[in-house]
Amino acid sequence: MDAIARTPASTSLRGRFGRSLGGGGNSRRIAYAYLLPAFIVMGIITFYPLIFQVWMSFTDYGLQNLRQGSAPPATVGIKNYVDVLTSALAIPNYFFVRLLAYNVWWAVSNVAIHLVLGVGIAVLLNTKGLWFKRFYRSMFIIPVVIPPLIVATVWRNMYDPDSGAINLLLAGAGKIIGLDTSAFRLDWLRQVEDPIAFIPLPLAFYAMLVTNTWLGWPLNSVVATGALQSIPNELYESAEMDGANGWQKFRNITLTFLRPAMLPYAIYGFVITFNLFYLAFFMSGGGPFGRTELLVTQAYRLVNEQRLYGVGAAFAVIMFFILLTITLITNRLAKATRSYDQS
Amino acid sequence: MSTVVTPAPSSRPLLAVRSTRSRIGLARQALLQAIAVFVLLTVLFPVVWVFSLSLDPLNRSRPQGLSIIPEGATFEAYSQVIAQPTNNPIGFVDLGLNSLKIALGTSLVSVAIGVSAAYAFSRLKFRLREMLMISILAVLMLPAVATLAPLFVLLNQFQLSLPLLGEFNVRNSLLGVAMAIISGLLPFAIWNLKGYLDTIPKELEEAAAVDGATTNQTFIKIVLPLAMPALAVTAFLGFIGGWTEFYFSWQFLTKAEDQTLAMALYSMQGQFASTPWSLFSAFAIMFALPPAVVYFFAQRYITSGLAIGGVKG
Repeated sequence: MDAIARTPASTSLRGRFGRSLGGGGNSRRIAYAYLLPAFIVMGIITFYPLIFQVWMSFTDYGLQNLRQGSAPPATVGIKNYVDVLTSALAIPNYFFVRLLAYNVWWAVSNVAIHLVLGVGIAVLLNTKGLWFKRFYRSMFIIPVVIPPLIVATVWRNMYDPDSGAINLLLAGAGKIIGLDTSAFRLDWLRQVEDPIAFIPLPLAFYAMLVTNTWLGWPLNSVVATGALQSIPNELYESAEMDGANGWQKFRNITLTFLRPAMLPYAIYGFVITFNLFYLAFFMSGGGPFGRTELLVTQAYRLVNEQRLYGVGAAFAVIMFFILLTITLITNRLAKATRSYDQS
Repeated sequence: MSTVVTPAPSSRPLLAVRSTRSRIGLARQALLQAIAVFVLLTVLFPVVWVFSLSLDPLNRSRPQGLSIIPEGATFEAYSQVIAQPTNNPIGFVDLGLNSLKIALGTSLVSVAIGVSAAYAFSRLKFRLREMLMISILAVLMLPAVATLAPLFVLLNQFQLSLPLLGEFNVRNSLLGVAMAIISGLLPFAIWNLKGYLDTIPKELEEAAAVDGATTNQTFIKIVLPLAMPALAVTAFLGFIGGWTEFYFSWQFLTKAEDQTLAMALYSMQGQFASTPWSLFSAFAIMFALPPAVVYFFAQRYITSGLAIGGVKG
């Protein structure tokens, strides 16, 4: 009753408020005034460089054009784009199709593992009556709080063939079962032969997958824990009374509630992992033979090492369209699942 | 039959009884504890490894084996790192100050400018609103590396001859790096803050408008205080980004006195670097500790501040 009585008053209030903001030219001027500082700054250092980048991508901008007063770069049309896409760049170990395919696979495989482990450990820690729950939860957040740049450099060190922690650990474990310690001299990040003959991925991929798993699952677990705690207990109890077993309860209740919370996060994780610069740059350095290079690290190398600024600009524009495609696909995916949930 | 008829109030104790019954048995407890301890060991292993490495004496360039407290453990790596971690004549404090300048400057500027734009997007109506928001989203999609080439070339053209300082190239300065960072951080700040402002109920502002408050008064007296959590979280995330920024600094800066922590870490870790691992480890720990400690204790606060911005955006 109370709510009904209040409704007309509050709508008229909102109407008056709306008019005072959205109405005459004065309020529109206010809106632009609020936007102005941000758009002046972004105009100069965000939007203008991006437009400049598109222009650069049609030129042979290089080191020779950098100095003040030097001749402007020559226009080369779409040559840079053609060279990037057909792998015709005069730089070693560059093959665009392989680069893109590896980059997509890197993101897909990582996110799948993060999701499964993150949800699994969150469910485990959500078990009623488990001891030291809060202690575990607070410790498991450690990988999240360490800057990824430092995680990457430390793990590179751990994968060192001679004195790295991983080989030392394996050798220690091997000794227990009587294996010779000299068997554990794996060159994790640089070995050229593929460890699994019929899968064309270098050992460095698996090594970095392990590192990124260490880095990535805890945040998934945090998100999953939040969703798990929002599931009303009564649901499990009534399912129990209906005679549901553990797996049925997990599938029909837990997963149903987790999906809407995890999906946006999985998409976010996919984009973050797709563009994850630090591991590929600091650990494998893109090797062996550029086979663990990502689009972001390749883009960085074109500018930083090769100093091909025009080509680098074309590469960045192509990256924009790849990321736009990914965003559109994931948006559609998110919408499709949402309507599935509602039906 | 009687349970069905039981009136609502007594259902509470009934539930409590049932939930105590669903507590797990000892065997299950032991199994789950074993899994949890195993996960804990994998989480802690790299952290313990770096810590034990940092205790190695300086004349040992590589570790002798796996041990938590190595033989002849000492803190001399830390004092060496504070004095001069790399071949460049610059100590940890000066490296840290450079990183701090970049981190504080970029995060404060982005949040201060970003919040007013976020307010306009969240509350005010104006032409081009949709178009401007899409343009910000499009920029957000690009990783920072993808703007490296134009920012490098353009900032490099700002060559000034100053009366006292001599030649000053904006690109080759902390200011240039900060500008390049803000180019990507400001759109993020606007988007994240707008997402948070959208979740603040409008009733207070409506009441203020009824009482005759202007838009400016509403913004400063009502919206800003309410948005404090989001401002703090956005600034903190920007701060961490600036504190560990690598690509622009490595590309832009050439002067030894401008080196940042991230640049020093990379040169210590390079393939042919002869740096003893104890130095590298001590450096990594001192580098990671300030943001890690803040993040660890404010974690719940930070993830909620970000989640709201991201999901409701």
